[in-house]
Formats: sequence, C-alpha cells, structure tokens
Amino acid sequence: MITVNINGKDYSAEKDETVLAVAKRNFIYIPTFCHNEAVADYGSCRICMVEIWTKKGKNKLVTACLFPVEDGLKVETNNERVLFIRKNIAELLLAKCPASAEVAEIAAQLGVYETKYRIEKDGNKCILCALCTRVCDEVVGRKAISLVNRGINREVAIPFYDNAAACIACGSCVYICPTNAITMTDKDGIRTITMPNCEMKFALRKCNSCGREWIPEKQVKYFLSSAPGLTIEEFDLCQSCRK
Amino acid sequence: MITRLNATQELEGLRQQILASRNQDTLRITVCCGTGCIAQGAKKVVEAFKRELSAQNVNAEVAELKETGCHGFCEQGPIVVIRPQDIFYKKVQVEDVPKIVARTIINGEVMERLLYSVPGNKKEKCTQESQIPFYAKQERVVFKNNAYIDPTSIEDYIAVGGYASLVKVLTTLQSQQVIDTIIDSGLRGRGGGGFPTGWKWQSSKDAAGDIKFVVCNCDEGDPGAFMDRSIMEGNPHLVLEGMLIAAYAVGNVSEAYIYIRNEYPYALKHAYKAIEDAKAYGLLGDNILSTGFNLDIKICRGGGAFVCGESTALMASIEGKVGEPRAKYVHTSEKGLWGRPTVLNNVETLANVPVIFEKGVEWYKSIGTEGSKGTKVFALVGKVNNTGLVEVPMGISLREVIMDIGGGVPNKKQFKAVQTGGPSGGCLPESKLDLAVDFDELTKNGSMMGSGAMVVMDERNCMVDTARYFIEFLEEESCGKCTPCREGLRAIRNILMDICSGKAELEDIDRLEKLCLAVTEGSLCQLGGTAANPVLSSLKYFRSEYEEHITNKYCRAGVCKDLIAFYIKDNCPGCVLCYKACPTWAIIYNGKGVPVTLIQDKCTKCGACLDVCNLDALEVRSVYDNR
Repeated sequence: MITVNINGKDYSAEKDETVLAVAKRNFIYIPTFCHNEAVADYGSCRICMVEIWTKKGKNKLVTACLFPVEDGLKVETNNERVLFIRKNIAELLLAKCPASAEVAEIAAQLGVYETKYRIEKDGNKCILCALCTRVCDEVVGRKAISLVNRGINREVAIPFYDNAAACIACGSCVYICPTNAITMTDKDGIRTITMPNCEMKFALRKCNSCGREWIPEKQVKYFLSSAPGLTIEEFDLCQSCRK
Repeated sequence: MITRLNATQELEGLRQQILASRNQDTLRITVCCGTGCIAQGAKKVVEAFKRELSAQNVNAEVAELKETGCHGFCEQGPIVVIRPQDIFYKKVQVEDVPKIVARTIINGEVMERLLYSVPGNKKEKCTQESQIPFYAKQERVVFKNNAYIDPTSIEDYIAVGGYASLVKVLTTLQSQQVIDTIIDSGLRGRGGGGFPTGWKWQSSKDAAGDIKFVVCNCDEGDPGAFMDRSIMEGNPHLVLEGMLIAAYAVGNVSEAYIYIRNEYPYALKHAYKAIEDAKAYGLLGDNILSTGFNLDIKICRGGGAFVCGESTALMASIEGKVGEPRAKYVHTSEKGLWGRPTVLNNVETLANVPVIFEKGVEWYKSIGTEGSKGTKVFALVGKVNNTGLVEVPMGISLREVIMDIGGGVPNKKQFKAVQTGGPSGGCLPESKLDLAVDFDELTKNGSMMGSGAMVVMDERNCMVDTARYFIEFLEEESCGKCTPCREGLRAIRNILMDICSGKAELEDIDRLEKLCLAVTEGSLCQLGGTAANPVLSSLKYFRSEYEEHITNKYCRAGVCKDLIAFYIKDNCPGCVLCYKACPTWAIIYNGKGVPVTLIQDKCTKCGACLDVCNLDALEVRSVYDNR
C-alpha cells in the first residue's frame, strides 16, 4: 500500500493504480470522455488532466486516466493550471462537436458556454475518443471499425467506408459512445446503425415465442462460429421468453 | 572474396591487407553522390568519368573513381574532389569531364574555371577544400570520412579504421565501462530532445528483462533537415558500429532495428548493403568476431509520417500498428518495443559513439560547451549563400554559422530571422545571432536544437506567414489522437490565417498566445508539445509584425497577398529586371531611364519583381493605403 495526496488529503492506493482510479474510489470528481472501465485507457481527450508533484521533484500536468500513482505523489485536480487546460479543451471540443449535449454539459461545468473557435462541421457529435473502436477491438474482438486518416481528417469508419463484413451489429459501439455520435434503431426486422459517415443495416432474428425481433442474425452466426457446442436452437427464444 | 573474421585481432590484419593492396600514388577522383548532388547530375558525371578514363587510357593504377557520400556543400554540386591533392571542383557537368581527365588527371593542371571563388571576389580562387570558407570553420567528426569513402564498400570503412572501436570495446571494456564512458563523454541525443545518451543506455541496462532492443531512428522529417540521411547514405557502417556498441553496452540485445523512411532510397540501399557486408565479415550476426556477442540488425521502412519520428509512434510502427504515440509515463527505455526495454537513438547520436572510443573521451570532451559536448551537424538552408550540411563544434555562434560558413544572405537582402530545430523550433532574430549554439542556450531563448535544421530568413519572409506555414505542416502531420494537438492546431492555424488576411483583431493575439500555451501543456506527445514554438517565438521577437498585420493591414515582407500591393518608385531606371521576372506581364517597359509601369489588375502579387530588384525601386504598400 502506498499513500497519495489528492487535493491536500492523503489516500491509500495500490501501486500502479491510475490517479483516476484512486480519485474515483474516493469520490473526487475528474471529468472524462475517453475513459471507460471496459477498455484499456488511451489518453486522447485530455480533459482529465491533473497536476502532479513526485517525490523526486517532478512537476507536470498528466492525464489522470493513465498516470500510475507512486508513493508520496501529490495531485491537484482542480487548480488554476489544470482548469486552464480543461477550459481550453472544452472550448476546442465545443467547436468540434457543436451538436453534442454531453460536451456542452462538461464545458458548462467548467464555466465555458460558447466557443470562439470556428465550427468546421455543423451537427458533429464525435469527439474522436476512440471508445467505439477500442470496444470493438478489445471486447467484441471484431475490429469492424477503426480510426482512419490523420490529424483533422481523422474519423471513425468501416474499412474503405463501405465494407461492414466484420460488423456483427452487436451495438457495443453505440452503447459506449459518450456523446451519442453513433445511434441504433431496430425496426421492421432491420437493425440500423448510423455512424457519422455511414449507415449500416442488418437483419434481425425473431423470437419463436413472442415474435419480438431481438438479436441480429450476424451476431448469432458469430456466436455459433466462436463457441463450439452452441446450437441454433439456443437463439429461438429471446431473453424475456427464455425464463 | 570476403572471408569471415574469426578473431578480434584479424580485423587489424585485414586493414593492413587492404591498405597494402592500394597504391598510395593513385589519384582518387571522388564524386559526391549524396542525394543533392545526384539531383544535380552527379551520376551522369560518374558515367562520364568511367567513359573518359577508359577512352583516354587512364588505368586504375593512375586514377581510381570513387562515388562517395555527401560532401556537405550542396549549393555547389555536383562536387568532384581529386585526392590526394584535394583539388575541389564545383558544379561539374558532363561536358567538363573529358577536360578534367585530360588536364588534371593526365597533366596535373588545375582547371581554374571549375574552382570555387568567394561570392563578390571572383578573382580569388580556392583550389582546395580547406581554403573554402564554407569548410574552413567546420570541425568534421561524424562527417569526416563521408567525403573519402565509398559507402557501399566495407573495405573502405575498415581502411580508415572502421570497426576498430568495436574491437576495442569488445576486447577491453565491460558493458558498464562502455556506458560510463558515454556518460562521461557528455554525449546528448542529437534527434531533438538532447537527453544524455549514457543515462538512456543505463536505464535500459538496469531495467529487468532478458530481451532488449536497440533502435536507430532515421525517420528524419523536419523540413530542411537532411543530416541523418546523409550520414546513413554516406557512411552506414559508422551507424552500424555505433549500434553494435550500444547493444553490447545495454546487454541482452540480440536484435536491433533501423527505422528508415522510405523516401530515402539511397540511405536504404546503402544500409541494406552495409548489413549484408558486415554479416559476411562476421562483424554482425551470431558470435561476432568469435567473442560470443550476437546482434542482428533489421531495417524497418517508414511510410513517411512525420509523427513516426516520435519514439512511441516509431515503435508502434515497427510493431506493425498505426504510428501513433502513447503516453510515456513509463519510459521506453524500460518498456518500449513490444513492451521490452528499448534504447532509441538518432542516427547522428549513434555515429558519434565509435568516434568517442576511437579518439578518447578527453578529446571528445574538449569539443563543445559545458553542457553540450562534441559537434553538431546542421542543415543550413533558406536565404543563405552556401546551402548545405555543416558540422560545427557546439558553442559556435549563430553568426559564425550563418555569416561565415553560410556566406550570409544572398542578393544584398537584410537578414531577418533563423528558424532552428525544424517546425517545432523557434525563430530567432538578429539580436540573438551571437548566441552560442548548444542544447541549453537555444531552449532558453525559445527555440530548440531539434534535429539541427537551420532555415535562414530575410526581409522577404513574413514572420506571421512563416508561423502559419509551420503550423499548417504540423496540423497535417498531427496523428489526430489527442484533442489539443488536433483541434488546437487547427484553431491556431485559423487565427493565423485571419491575421494574414487582415480579418483579425488585436485581442486575437492574446487568444493565440493562450491557446498556444494550452496546446503545449495539454498535448500527448512532443509533436503537439513543441508545435506552438514557431508561433510563441515569433510572437516574442516579432510581435510588432503581428500587430502591423492587424492594425495597419500591412505585410512589410510583401508576402500576405490579401494585404499588399506593389508600387514602382520614382527612382526606377527601367532596367527591365522586374519586367523579365514578371510571370503575368503586369509590368510595362517604358524605355530606358523611365520607370516601368505596374498594372495592378494583372499583378498576382507573387513578389518575383521584389526578389530581383536590387535598386530598391519597388515599394510594398497596404491595399488599404490610399496614396
């Protein structure tokens, strides 16, 4: 066990835990966008930056989601230097995602209500946090979507913008997206997943008992191929009817 | 026929054998075949020499032709140096070759016409390299052999004492002693950061792990920088030797990588050949010189992304992933390539290593300043008379580099600024010209050593436009992973473009400054971390120029087209220089002695007239100026 000082109070922590993990456990709020327990931390949104002082005398700004704590570490999560960066990032994100309520909410918490920077694309919600691509890779194991292009042209896309072959329509990317930039609707036997630059449609399977369309056919196929011994009959009934 | 060397002492034997087989009286015609000279026709000159030598019956005993690496003086290429007299011929064309063979090689005459003369003093000719001011003030340590050896011949490298440092290290020093020597030498990373090389090696040595890596970074991407390319092209074995010593020092390294960008075809070709030859001689591979030390060096070709010069992005790229940086809260020297301890050094850093062991630490420490030892190679480009690569001792003043070695600014224009350290560096004004060039001094003054690019700018360069250029470059090269770099650089560029087009207000400068600080502090890697330097340094030293753009809507350099118009002054004598230079026929000739007329409607404001006019007969005015 080691001791970490956050905002003037000592907390005990495990070695190699991140600053964010220690803070969360102790109900110290640090805003995040690209952090989610389901996937490995990435450090791209930079909104969780905090100021640290190490025992050796190092003082710098780090991302709370990635920085491993060490004994005697002093952290400040809300001082002027930290807020200066956060406010600037919030303002940049407001210009990037004018349509996102979630970005506006965190910006408002920081006292930022409008952006002076030029809005490049109206209606954009994607902050490029890469949670969708990471969950698809690390949790689902499909790598159906990835980040393409560089710099300001970076975006989330399926291969060549038109090949949804690897996607099993599970919707993980939709659930994890912190700004609702990816949406999903189930209607008339079809699941439609809408990403900022494309729309994908997948057939749904009906429940033999209640008739509800409850799972994408591609997901069933994927389950069958990846778990030997599983039979198609297992998917005859939906979660509600199975009990 | 190559026979493998099976003992350390066999290397010296081989060297003696190579030297004995060479006739000391043979003339050596060295043709610079660096990429710069090749672009100017060096390969054709080589072919012409081959033809002429046989046509004029000059046999190999009399004269031997050698294609060497970059000599550094790219401005005067293709360069031919005839040794041992060291006769230096500049701008040699194919037509000159028969005469060179007939007169210089056969009759021993010097051809005046091809000699270099100092600009402004046509009569005084320099026969030898050492008489040319460009070379006189240089101290060539890393580049010394570039102009003498054929980079594709390992025998040439061994003949000048190559791989002797490796033998010295393998036979007389423990790995810790090697690291201590490097720490003692004060060698710092030449790739940009200036981190002490010895400490980097030490931390990899100390890190736990039975598999470690050494990686050589030859992903030079700064606009204007080409020293790493020239070393890799001109003397690849020097880098291999440096890597071998690094691998031995760190321990548990059996695999090393050279990351070369694919746009460097000759560097790649020569590195592949060097590895092949070194393996054949038993200087690389398993059981090197029968000492039990193994090292395999592999080449990884980079796709040309600027960000892949960043250590973690480079390693991701070698691993086959997208070249994106990651947070380095655990250093790559402990957890780098494939999560293993990895030493990453730049080409020039590694090229310094064998020299330190060859000449000794004390000798090495005698060059340079307190905090920066040794020499640094700079790529001197831009508005300077002698474009090329210069190797100078640390601590030399910017003035000496630009004015003495570089020969000053051409066409009687006024020096304005020098941008050091590539796009992440800063612009230093004339008042800083006496600054001693080393890692710490440059950083203290808002610039940085970086890779060593030095872009000289004159009165025709607009500082706002220059900042915009570098930001635009970095915006395009940013990987886009983190918000401050991706979105911040775009916002900075937008503000700069507003300033350049006269749409900005004075408070935009404060906004710009704040945003630059946020990008610097908030970015994930050093690309974003240093990206704002061109803006911050030009704001520091040339703030008045920013303000002039905003309040007076005027660009004094005549660059920002939305703000300016050109006018002919009354003192124009109608010399027609501008008339000839104008690409759009906007200038009308009115007869000799009478000022020319400029038709504003036809003028595209390219500034060609301003560049050629040496009588100060053109004026730049704001378009809002109603005179």
